[in-house]
Amino acid sequence: MRRDLPAIAFLLLLAMAPFIGFGEGHQLTLLARSMIFGIGAVSLALLVGGAGLASLGHAAMLGFGAYAVVVLDDAGITSMAIVLPVAMLAAAGFALLTGVIAIRTSGVHFIMITLAFGQMAYFTAASLSAYGGDDGYTLYGRTEVFGTRLLENRLAFHYVCLGALTFTWGLCRLLLASRFGRVLRAARENELRVQAVGFSPYPYRLVAYVIAGALGGLAGVLLANSAEFIAPSYLSWQRSGELLFMVILGGLGGLHGAMIGALVFMGLEEWLPHLLGEHWRLVFGPLLILSVLFLRGGLVGLPASLRGIGRG
Amino acid sequence: MAEPLLELRDLQKSFGGLRVTDGVSLDVVPGEIHAVIGPNGAGKTTLINEITGRLLLDAGRVIFGGEDVTHLSMAARARRGLARSFQITSILPGFSVLENAALAVQARHGSSFRFCRPVAGEAALNGPALAALEAVGLGTRAALPAGSLSHGEKRQLELAIALATEPRLLLLDEPLAGAGPEETTRLIEILLRLKQQYAILLIEHDMQAVFALADRVSVLVYGRLIATGTVAEIRADAAVRAAYLGEDELA
Amino acid sequence: MLLLLLQGLNGLQLGILLFLVAAGLTLVFGVMDFINLAHGVQYMLGAYLAAFFASLTGSFWLALLFALPSALAFGLLLEWLVFRHLYDRDHLSQVLATFGVILFLNEGVKALWGSAPLQVPMPALLSGGFEIMPGLQYPIYRIAILGAGLATAGLLWLVVERTKVGMLVRAGATNAPMVAALGVDIRRLFMGVFGFGAMLAGFAGVMAAPILSVEPGMGDNLLILAFVVIVIGGIGSIRGAFLAALMVGLIETLGKSLMPDLMRLFMDPSSARQTGAALASMLIYIAMAAILAVRPAGLFPVRAA
Repeated sequence: MRRDLPAIAFLLLLAMAPFIGFGEGHQLTLLARSMIFGIGAVSLALLVGGAGLASLGHAAMLGFGAYAVVVLDDAGITSMAIVLPVAMLAAAGFALLTGVIAIRTSGVHFIMITLAFGQMAYFTAASLSAYGGDDGYTLYGRTEVFGTRLLENRLAFHYVCLGALTFTWGLCRLLLASRFGRVLRAARENELRVQAVGFSPYPYRLVAYVIAGALGGLAGVLLANSAEFIAPSYLSWQRSGELLFMVILGGLGGLHGAMIGALVFMGLEEWLPHLLGEHWRLVFGPLLILSVLFLRGGLVGLPASLRGIGRG
Repeated sequence: MAEPLLELRDLQKSFGGLRVTDGVSLDVVPGEIHAVIGPNGAGKTTLINEITGRLLLDAGRVIFGGEDVTHLSMAARARRGLARSFQITSILPGFSVLENAALAVQARHGSSFRFCRPVAGEAALNGPALAALEAVGLGTRAALPAGSLSHGEKRQLELAIALATEPRLLLLDEPLAGAGPEETTRLIEILLRLKQQYAILLIEHDMQAVFALADRVSVLVYGRLIATGTVAEIRADAAVRAAYLGEDELA
Repeated sequence: MLLLLLQGLNGLQLGILLFLVAAGLTLVFGVMDFINLAHGVQYMLGAYLAAFFASLTGSFWLALLFALPSALAFGLLLEWLVFRHLYDRDHLSQVLATFGVILFLNEGVKALWGSAPLQVPMPALLSGGFEIMPGLQYPIYRIAILGAGLATAGLLWLVVERTKVGMLVRAGATNAPMVAALGVDIRRLFMGVFGFGAMLAGFAGVMAAPILSVEPGMGDNLLILAFVVIVIGGIGSIRGAFLAALMVGLIETLGKSLMPDLMRLFMDPSSARQTGAALASMLIYIAMAAILAVRPAGLFPVRAA
């Protein structure tokens, strides 16, 4: 379909990236991280753009995935066939437990209660002294795929991340276009109308929240493997804020917005320190504010607003 | 008389010290339009909200199709065939006109916990949705974004959404509100056609419309029913004339 | 038992600080429907201003005197530069833009004063201990914080409940369009509430400066606690914020000191310490979840849901 073209083009570009000048080690590392946070951002966009649930605790889902890798690694289990399902189930389980309460609220209360649950996960991680507590945990080997150390190869890891991102995007895209997704989208636009025709939005939102949690867990597994190190700071509320910002920076006009937002965000985070030195956040913060103030449709809405200015 | 489809028994509701519904009992039998009229602030919309479950009652019972639905949620009542239109248009502006109606069909046809198949092309939903749109004269507008419709068309869409839920009873809250003279004529025609198929509880300000449409009329004043009867009886009722009609409407 | 009393006092004192931060937050949110993540950095700013003026003048009291109007001015400046352009935007945009303010200010203090914690000397008048019961000393300064906080809370209550401005603020929290319709200059009311809230947070920062280390990011954790407070208390409610702040302060402090001991009843000491600490950090969030599960709008909801 035509509206999927930008997303497909973006994914194709990522597939070609290693061969069109982004094949160096640090570039591949940056791209992999962008794709991993892209998975987190797309799953969050399912909530924000699809269900109207602005979660400020999504980093906890990634954290659950990452800590599942850590806990299993510590127990000597490094097979992806076990790690991945456990991680996604753990994140989904956390999403289910907290979602049962959080989804009862809406608007600002939802933002704050997800923030609070995120903090709960953060403090839990910080208190896990068996896994390094505040100092974090270093992975000495990446998760094994079918008994091989496939993920240690940068190029292979690139395509694994790309595959996971494509899967996440495709799944969320499918969900939003389904019966289920229609109820979600309708409840976001007009909850009362949806109830009046006979739907209670709660179970639909909860399921979406759990699915987004599981996908966050997927991102977490890759994150742990990419960094080979996991610390509680990955679960902090600032991280959740960054994920939310990626979604909004990209724009809610389509799920590809979240992918683009993640790439631009990670790019800025990489490039600004090179350009500006230690205190790059002095520029980054105001950039963030300006983009919220002036980039209302996000990056994917930019062409349309530019056309608007051109006409005006 | 036939078994009533909807029966309200002694409904009570107060907001703080204000009694907004005070011992209301009425019924709607299959095939009739039962209109509820009354001056502004009489508690008409409140009554609809109580019947649909948007507001919880302090006391009294709502019986629909022989079942006590007093403690059911709005969604559960809708699934049993209680459909409403809103006084202030409540549609999904970002959805297409067809999708607005298809969502309502979807509520009655199979599970909505289906995750894979694209819903936009589901003929089982779009067919009945289109039929509902055609029943209110919006068939040609199906592909437009609902937000782009004119005010009168949005009122028609409200009706279509209600019809698409395959209701047994329509609760229409001022379906003519804000419509111009031409639109009013068109909407009254539509309502007359709907009358053949559905029982309707109609709340309306436009007396001409009420007298043209209703089989029975109940008059609500300050949360109390002061009279129920045929159009002729209500026109002749002294208490009604004093409380309400005498003002200006019965010229 | 003694420990319990001491920890109780510490908890109350944290609660008071929390209240000063949460009061501004809840007013700003209640009156303007504006969610300000940057409120925590205003607390941090208060502490830094205190440190700055204290090193300049050598006196805590002069630092307090200068820091308060500076915090106020800074709040107004932020309102003018950023926040007022966000009042008619959705909560998500407000969250993100104020998140940007946090990044900027945390980095700003780092650039100006470095990342190492600063110390603010305790005023001589208030240093030393006070014997609250035979053999039990409690720092005078902490008692002074309690007193000053309570006095501020009382003053705030008087202003909000008994003055015309307070009436407008309360009316604004219930129904802002109505207040605007009454011909009140809502923009000035907003600015006033905002500046006042910023000053309260700054005041909390100044008071905390001598007993906590003044460092970048110190406002972030307090901000989260303050959010918990206003959510528990009911957004927009000063009374709710006060009670919830004391509650959160007590739970947080007592939990941290008692939980590990409590856990020792069930498990061996080292895992008890670990589990206890984790549970203690989570207690307030559990409390918040429990309260919201029962009362989704908090203990003292201002707006009819």
